[in-house]
Amino acid sequence: MEIRPHLSVQNLNVYFDQLRILKDVSIDIPDHKITVIIGPSGCGKTTLLKSLNRLLDPLDGVRVEGRVLVDNVDIYDPRTEVTEVRKKMGLLSQRPQPLPMSIYDNVAYGPRIHNHVDKKRLGEVVEQYLRMAGLWEEVKDRLGEPASRLSVGQQQRLCLARGLAVGPEIILGDEPTSALDPQSSQNVERRLIELKEEYTVIVVTHILRQAKRIADYIAFLYLGELVEHGPAAEVFANPRDPRMRAYLTGEIS
Amino acid sequence: MILSRESRRLRRRKMEERIFRALMAVSILIVIGCLVLIVGTIIWKGLPAMSLSMITQIPKGGYYLGKEGGILNAIIGSLYLASGATVLAILFSLPVVLYINVYTKKRSRLASLTRFSFDVLWGIPSIVYGAFGFIIMVFFGLRASLLAGILAVALLEFPIMSRAADEVIRMVPRELLEASYSLGATRLETALKVVVRQCLPGLLTAVLIAFGRGIGDAASVLFTAGFTDRIPTSLLEPAATLPLAIFFQLGTPFPEVQQRAYASAAILTVLILIISLVARGLGKRYTRHIIK
Repeated sequence: MEIRPHLSVQNLNVYFDQLRILKDVSIDIPDHKITVIIGPSGCGKTTLLKSLNRLLDPLDGVRVEGRVLVDNVDIYDPRTEVTEVRKKMGLLSQRPQPLPMSIYDNVAYGPRIHNHVDKKRLGEVVEQYLRMAGLWEEVKDRLGEPASRLSVGQQQRLCLARGLAVGPEIILGDEPTSALDPQSSQNVERRLIELKEEYTVIVVTHILRQAKRIADYIAFLYLGELVEHGPAAEVFANPRDPRMRAYLTGEIS
Repeated sequence: MILSRESRRLRRRKMEERIFRALMAVSILIVIGCLVLIVGTIIWKGLPAMSLSMITQIPKGGYYLGKEGGILNAIIGSLYLASGATVLAILFSLPVVLYINVYTKKRSRLASLTRFSFDVLWGIPSIVYGAFGFIIMVFFGLRASLLAGILAVALLEFPIMSRAADEVIRMVPRELLEASYSLGATRLETALKVVVRQCLPGLLTAVLIAFGRGIGDAASVLFTAGFTDRIPTSLLEPAATLPLAIFFQLGTPFPEVQQRAYASAAILTVLILIISLVARGLGKRYTRHIIK
């Protein structure tokens, strides 16, 4: 029996004006694993990630063809409610983007707009997700302070807590450690590894070593084409495509 | 040889630096000088006529041009008028500006057309808004009144406020909007909870600039608000305004009344100053959450 993953990309093409950024990408993202999308810069990694929660919608001149199925619903179907799609995914961006409000309100933002948490329990929920993101101990005495006062590493974990509080199934990371110092990066990586027990994690990175540290599954993009994908151990040990091999040896970067 | 060429170059560059710095200093001096001269003149000429009764009483002894009493009618009238107009302008300005920044794409034709309209409206002289307000007033069968004045001044304030607000909201990084969208927020929630919060000080400035222009404008209220010595008690009564009070008082042949014009101008200036300071003080409380 075939197990349907809850995130599946089928024949995805993305155009920016006349430029074809993603070429016929098809991939089933394995559940409860960390899938890492690697590839040289400008190859469409971020575009692929953003196409998964329709963050390409507000951009100019973007055309998307193909299907992205989340729990067997095509998110590009006009009948699909975009906020419901996004609710299923938490996003970590390259630079953490805390919202212009307090630490507490940042985490409470999602539960408040979706109204899925009892008002009396909101405090507990905020604590729960701050703990999950490994930030609770550092901020528990200053929840009312502006989020912008946290260090960048703390902000990224706050963004993680904020994303988790919406109750997603999938966590998307767009080079989530690129703005962080080594220690904070390590911290975020550790969280992601912990979180794959409960969530499906997809991370874009241009750091090969990071991919090797955290990936269960690898997707290699080259010039908008999904060149190779498979379990990380296999791909790293036995790359089939010459371009993948060249990337691993550092000939293309 | 090479050394001397280089040292000559360096000398020239230092010279350039000095000249431009001097030019900038002169410009700043002119700006500050103008401010000091204007405020100084107003106070100097108005001081002899300044008294507590100026701001606590309505005019006495002669319609419009009384030599006694005060200009409380115009102070209250101006405050009513500019506040009403500013509230009205916010009600139209904020949705438009949020729409073109949050709802449309960067290359949207509608957005650039709207911005172009702001620029055109911005450049229209206030007397034209006054005339236009007059036409609207007649169309609805209104007489010169507080309401008609509010409409005309709101029209004047709208492009000023919108343009300033647009400049601020355009600066919001796209990633911040994406962060909100990715949490499943709608565009409206993003606009009101994130964009407005992030831009609050800038929006406040936009409102203040518009308010300042509105309260200080004479031409737009000339045909629309009328003038009266009484303090208006309803929207349909005519209302006096400080700029018109100054205009009428200056136009008289009596030096005592002219002096009162300068005192009125000083009051208007101080009024704007107080409102700016209070608004900024209130705004400060909300700046702490802004993401830089």
